[in-house]
Amino acid sequence: MKTNGSPSLRDRLALPVRDIPRSGIRDFFDIVSTMRDVISLGIGEPDFDTPWHVRESTVFAIERGATHYTSNLGYLELRQALSGYVRKKYGVTYNADHEVLVTVGVSEALDLALRAILNPGDEVLYHEPCYVSYRAVILFAHGVPLAVETRAADNFRLTRAMLEQQVTPRTKVLMLNFPNNPTGAVMSRQDLEEIAAFARERDLLVITDEIYAELTYDGAHTSIASLPGMRERTLFLHGFSKAWAMTGYRLGYACGPAEWIDAMMKIHQYTMLCASSLAQKAAIEALARPETDIATMVDEYRRRRNFLVASFAEMGLECSRPAGAFYAFPSIEKFGIPAKEFALKLLEQERVAVVPGTAFGACGEGFVRCAYATNLEQIKEAMKRLQRFIGRLG
Amino acid sequence: MEELLKILQTNACASRADIAKQLGVSVNEVEQKIAEHEKRGVIRGYQAVLNEDALNLDTVTAVIEVKVTPERGGGFNRIAERLSKFPEVRSAYLMSGTYDLLLFVEGRNLREVASFVSAKLATIEGVLSMSTHFMLKTYKRLGVLMDSSHEDERLTISP
Repeated sequence: MKTNGSPSLRDRLALPVRDIPRSGIRDFFDIVSTMRDVISLGIGEPDFDTPWHVRESTVFAIERGATHYTSNLGYLELRQALSGYVRKKYGVTYNADHEVLVTVGVSEALDLALRAILNPGDEVLYHEPCYVSYRAVILFAHGVPLAVETRAADNFRLTRAMLEQQVTPRTKVLMLNFPNNPTGAVMSRQDLEEIAAFARERDLLVITDEIYAELTYDGAHTSIASLPGMRERTLFLHGFSKAWAMTGYRLGYACGPAEWIDAMMKIHQYTMLCASSLAQKAAIEALARPETDIATMVDEYRRRRNFLVASFAEMGLECSRPAGAFYAFPSIEKFGIPAKEFALKLLEQERVAVVPGTAFGACGEGFVRCAYATNLEQIKEAMKRLQRFIGRLG
Repeated sequence: MEELLKILQTNACASRADIAKQLGVSVNEVEQKIAEHEKRGVIRGYQAVLNEDALNLDTVTAVIEVKVTPERGGGFNRIAERLSKFPEVRSAYLMSGTYDLLLFVEGRNLREVASFVSAKLATIEGVLSMSTHFMLKTYKRLGVLMDSSHEDERLTISP
């Protein structure tokens, strides 16, 4: 409402918020949701149900009355279980008393991590294409985002040379996300050693979002936090959304040096208080038998990945081989139309939803993200339609 | 378990070409492997999983616990195989616990099952006693839920 020449409300919004556009994914969702019979390869969450023993334990948690505030850090029992899981799975030891913080998804953890560490003007290196929120959360924390472009030719891996080109004396933090959304890229131990050496030499702090760590298909996952000299400068972020198909529970956690965790805890304490008690109880149950829950899903994702990549090859669509998460990022450059137009036309003509690569950063132009978190029958039908569509594009 | 078998166990109708693509091998290789499994008797057959309740049939299934006398030399095998050969017996298992054999017996109606039990099963030498339970409703069979009115609640596009 505008009165007496006072500035419009829009002009009174906080600048970092006012100036950042809404997520490109959101716009696309608005279009897709008006259409019927769409096969969506645009869903960034598992199609599997949350394991039943986890859901059942949530019901039990309600019955038992676990419906109150918890410690700001999260239930101690959960932090102990997390500490054990991370040690066993990723080979890094964190003290459950003051080096683990339970958060509302990795998204909150990332926000806390940046707000705890950045002063206005501090630079953050991150790689694109990347998860839609990275640039935004850096800006909201008054940081300066420095995007490093990864390329299909390198299988979307990050190299030291790319970082060298962007880093400045004002760079404070390096953000990593492997396995990667949206490209499905992974980093081998050797790849990570090069990045770790760079971080140590430049004395950078590292935030590593390893939410997809369990979902790798051609080899074991290495966490950068486990490399020599990295634990003390690295914040490890992980959660239950992807590997346990618990997206709606909104449960993540951060492990790292006590000072960093404590600073994050202060923000969390004043703004969020604690993660949902019920989600925390469910997470304790999820950690009771992770191997059996996850193995079946990983096997299924791997088969779908193989199917998708083979289908792309058959129709002559170039795609760097995705080795983690549940995304493939094929190139549509040869058709000579922008990714957004490609996605819109594919949606209108064949009712298949994919996400334009540009939603994940400008360098995503020429690509679309296809999620294979959907059953094989649907993927098969989607591939048939996609082939028909690109046949017409020529 | 081998991945090929896992796929077939969930969907025996999966096309050889689709299986090959999922496993990253040639169609030929898939066909060969399946043929081998069939020949070795690892794969014993392919069946549809039916929701019989939805067919409104009047068939009756009884689950029968049987106590038998094991034989020297053959143990439970001879009598179990003998029982299994009746086409009315759909499944048969050797069990630990208070009884020995568990049979799933199917008939067109209650009387047919009852007469099979009393005239055939009960009179076989070595059968000591039986306890018969009739099945009322199937909720899940072979890992498949019979009521799967399950909608995808996910947003159609998400980051």
